[in-house]
Amino acid sequence: MAESQTRRPVGLTRELMAMRVAQELQDGMVVNLGIGLPTLTSSYLPADKKVLFQAENGVLGYGGIAGESYDRDLINAGGQPITLLPGASFFDSATSFTMIRGGHIDVAVLGGMQVAENGDLANWFVPDRGGGSVGGAMDLAVCARRLIVVMEHVTRDGAPRILKRCTFPLTATRCVDLVVTDLALIEVAEDGLVLREVAPGVTPDEVQALTEPTLRLASDLTEMSL
Amino acid sequence: MVAEVYPSVDDALDGIPNNISLMIGGFVTAGAPFNLLHAFHRRGTTGVTAITNSVMSGQGLDLMFRDGQVDKLIATFAIRASGSKRTHFEERYLAGEVELELVPQGTFAERIRAAGAGLGGILTPVGLGTPLGEGKPTVEVDGKTFLLERPLGADVAIFRAHRADRLGNVQYRKSGRNFNPLMATAADLVIVEVDEIVEPGELDPELVQTPAVFVDRIVQCAPLEVVWNG
Repeated sequence: MAESQTRRPVGLTRELMAMRVAQELQDGMVVNLGIGLPTLTSSYLPADKKVLFQAENGVLGYGGIAGESYDRDLINAGGQPITLLPGASFFDSATSFTMIRGGHIDVAVLGGMQVAENGDLANWFVPDRGGGSVGGAMDLAVCARRLIVVMEHVTRDGAPRILKRCTFPLTATRCVDLVVTDLALIEVAEDGLVLREVAPGVTPDEVQALTEPTLRLASDLTEMSL
Repeated sequence: MVAEVYPSVDDALDGIPNNISLMIGGFVTAGAPFNLLHAFHRRGTTGVTAITNSVMSGQGLDLMFRDGQVDKLIATFAIRASGSKRTHFEERYLAGEVELELVPQGTFAERIRAAGAGLGGILTPVGLGTPLGEGKPTVEVDGKTFLLERPLGADVAIFRAHRADRLGNVQYRKSGRNFNPLMATAADLVIVEVDEIVEPGELDPELVQTPAVFVDRIVQCAPLEVVWNG
């Protein structure tokens, strides 16, 4: 335990991970952010990028998390009070999931527990809690046009989360396009995982040592620019 | 039939027996019928199958779990991934005292819509290859595989909205809409608590979101204060 901790390279903070994910969002996109770490992404969007954020409880075009002006009827999918941007709209849950399942969401950003080299995702069942919650995660994972998973590279005990096969119950099969961790940015390609970027000060060998499947190094492998 | 106005949430539950399936609208605090839920709690209705997105810790439906009024939960969000405090639902579920059917949220919405629209189910790719798809029939359409998910209706549906007229035409408020227009179509008895009841003609017909045909009972009451707790 102590040994694995001393070996573990120091990677990005949660805020920096969110900042790196935000770089993936392009002007004009419709984006759904999952509960937790993905939600942070909205705080790091450059002002010149106009993105429409969708919350699956029925809001398109929300701004950020609201401060004092709490309104019980104006919340995101995590239940947090939100603000609206000009041009926002409200709708019912069937319309919301028509957007999601119908392929109208450009990017979904979800948290993860495990990602497999074929793009399988496990992020809902928590064995040591005796169960789980799916919310909109399965719909988003299957149907978003592009799925970005943001998560810590290893578990609290230092075990890899990027695996040959997920050991936890799946959220969806072959759904992940990109994984952003505290150590690396990894693309899920047809023929396996490609290491595209490493966090500042982290080497490709260190990333590989904490990743179960073999990573192919991108020809333009680079250090993340944040 | 059009709706009837009731003087209180307790009166609005008149004649409802035990052993019912109960749809509860709302998403966390938004559009959630806490006055009606607490009336069900006070009434002591037992043998309930609750159909709702999630259970807020220590409030509303969770009190009915605490007091053994609910046997089964059909929900999208049930066991929380973290946090030291368990809901009463979680405690009972982990003790094997209540049943849980977990449903992906889009499937949950569309199954309710199917029940309300007289459809025999829906076909969705969501859940394939996961424990939530296991044992369910699959159907091939144009070379793609879909899960067949059955309609989900209920004996009674309750939710909160912004305004209703005396006929039962309903308007929602902000993200308080969520599952409520779907649930309004999918239960034998639909009871709505609202901020304000107005006369027919006062709601712009262009802006009626649930037409009166779907609503049976309405009751005006201030929203119950609830605490968001994750």
